[in-house]
Amino acid sequence: MTQTSTAPEETRTGPRVDQRGLAEPDVTAPKTAVITGERAELDAAELTTRQINLELRRLFYEEGISEVLVRNPAARHSIAVGLLTRCRIRIDGSLGYFACGLIDGPEVHITGRVGWSAAENMMSGVVVIDKNAGSLTGAAIRGGDLVVRGHVGARTGIDQKGGTIIVGGNAGSMTGFMMQRGRQIICGDVGPGLGDSMYDGAIYVGGKVASLGVDCVEAEMTPADEELIDRKFRIYGLQRPDRFRKFVCGKKLWNYDSLEPNERKLVL
Amino acid sequence: MCGIAGIIYRGKTGDVGRDMTRMLQSMRHRGPDSTGFALYGEPTDLLVMRFKLADPTDERDFEFTERLERNRREVEARLAKLGATIDRVQGESEYAYRATFRYSGELKPLADYVEDVPGAEVLSLGHSLEIVKDLGDAQTVARQYHLDGFRGTHAIGHVRMATESDVDIAGAHPYWAYPFSDVAVVHNGQLTNYHQWRRRLERQGHRFQSECDSEIIAVYIAQRMEDGLSLETAMKQSLDDLDGVFTYLVVTDTQLGVAKDEMAAKPLVLYETDDMVALASEEIAIRAVVNHEIDTYDPYEREVLVWSR
Repeated sequence: MTQTSTAPEETRTGPRVDQRGLAEPDVTAPKTAVITGERAELDAAELTTRQINLELRRLFYEEGISEVLVRNPAARHSIAVGLLTRCRIRIDGSLGYFACGLIDGPEVHITGRVGWSAAENMMSGVVVIDKNAGSLTGAAIRGGDLVVRGHVGARTGIDQKGGTIIVGGNAGSMTGFMMQRGRQIICGDVGPGLGDSMYDGAIYVGGKVASLGVDCVEAEMTPADEELIDRKFRIYGLQRPDRFRKFVCGKKLWNYDSLEPNERKLVL
Repeated sequence: MCGIAGIIYRGKTGDVGRDMTRMLQSMRHRGPDSTGFALYGEPTDLLVMRFKLADPTDERDFEFTERLERNRREVEARLAKLGATIDRVQGESEYAYRATFRYSGELKPLADYVEDVPGAEVLSLGHSLEIVKDLGDAQTVARQYHLDGFRGTHAIGHVRMATESDVDIAGAHPYWAYPFSDVAVVHNGQLTNYHQWRRRLERQGHRFQSECDSEIIAVYIAQRMEDGLSLETAMKQSLDDLDGVFTYLVVTDTQLGVAKDEMAAKPLVLYETDDMVALASEEIAIRAVVNHEIDTYDPYEREVLVWSR
């Protein structure tokens, strides 16, 4: 095994930060991508995180490129964030934390895995991850499809406000914690506390459920649910488990009880 | 936040000092306050003791160097008095030392006697364990203590963002399981029943070097192994006994283990091949020592995993 460091300067000494905490404030797009027609290829090996993101912006916003292939991402954090346009990105490898966060529009395909908080707060678009994802996957997403073919960590789709999260493997504890809208389709098993304190939305589980969270209840699968799952699985070419169970909000936490426990005793 | 990392080479030795430095340096953003290493060299019949006689933040008064020299001689005298045959005592930094000696008695009286010297703190004691910790990032500490050439079988490390106690060497990880030979722990998280466990362990005769909650994990695990449990069983028991959020790594002279709390609140990425196992809070740390795309996964809640070298 080769054990030589390829980490760019940024990870060895930390990025340069100005007084307001902005990382590398004076960096500009490196213009190293190789452009062929509407496509471009970017080798990220020698670039810092900020340079990679600035280069992606330049390609999509200024050069009118529609499809970019990023090589050698080396599990770095915060890659392909904040892109607000329709475009296609293929990441050849794994990313770290906060991959494709705050995006509105892009279709991203990541051939490796991602760390925590992938596609956080996605507004629209598609993010497909071929391998595993860390915890907080799809935190607070509002729209779009997030597909993880491998396993995901804990608290998947925490605070989800829309969109669809599809997981080919297993999910950890507190999946769908505090979700408010949208759908999650988990093909494998889920950990304890499924749908804890969820307000609305639906979670479909193909495998075993370790335990349900507070105010999460099982509901009947309807033909519309089956049709939705079939459609999504056809789009992403996923193997469908035979049977899904559906979990929704029990609505017991929708209203606060205005009485204190000792007051309630008096009333009763 | 804190970052933790571990590496174990299967059936061979490696450049563990260099590799752990790279892993920790790549997670510098997780904790810039202090960095610590628990490195396992080739085991010998000599005991290795790492100790310090002052802190980097101590005031440098006129007597500083003389006092250090006097106290170092006192440590040597006390070791000799307890029947240890000193092989070598060398200064590793301005105030930290590495002593090797032959000694067949119990470790607790020896460590207690050494720590009774003013300013002295035993950082580690064992036949292969060496703990190095100081303020600053991994490169700063590795350069200060010349860790680049350290070869060994396995190691854990920690970059610290102080939340529960001071920024000083006593608050830096890894923690040696005082006074058990060759056991150390790094921890990312907070223990909420720390005071209960500290009192419980103190009643059993243990003493603690810091105010840091993580230190009890080391002593807790080592005590249970002393009572006859395997590392894995001891770690499984800890999931019920310890309250709070944690991902911790524990090492002995032959094993490396990881445990996660029941909410999987703290991160860990795991990479396993036939010739090594590497774990870290972020994949970027593993990629600092493995120069190609890798398949990794995150252990789930309440998982305990143990590997042998």
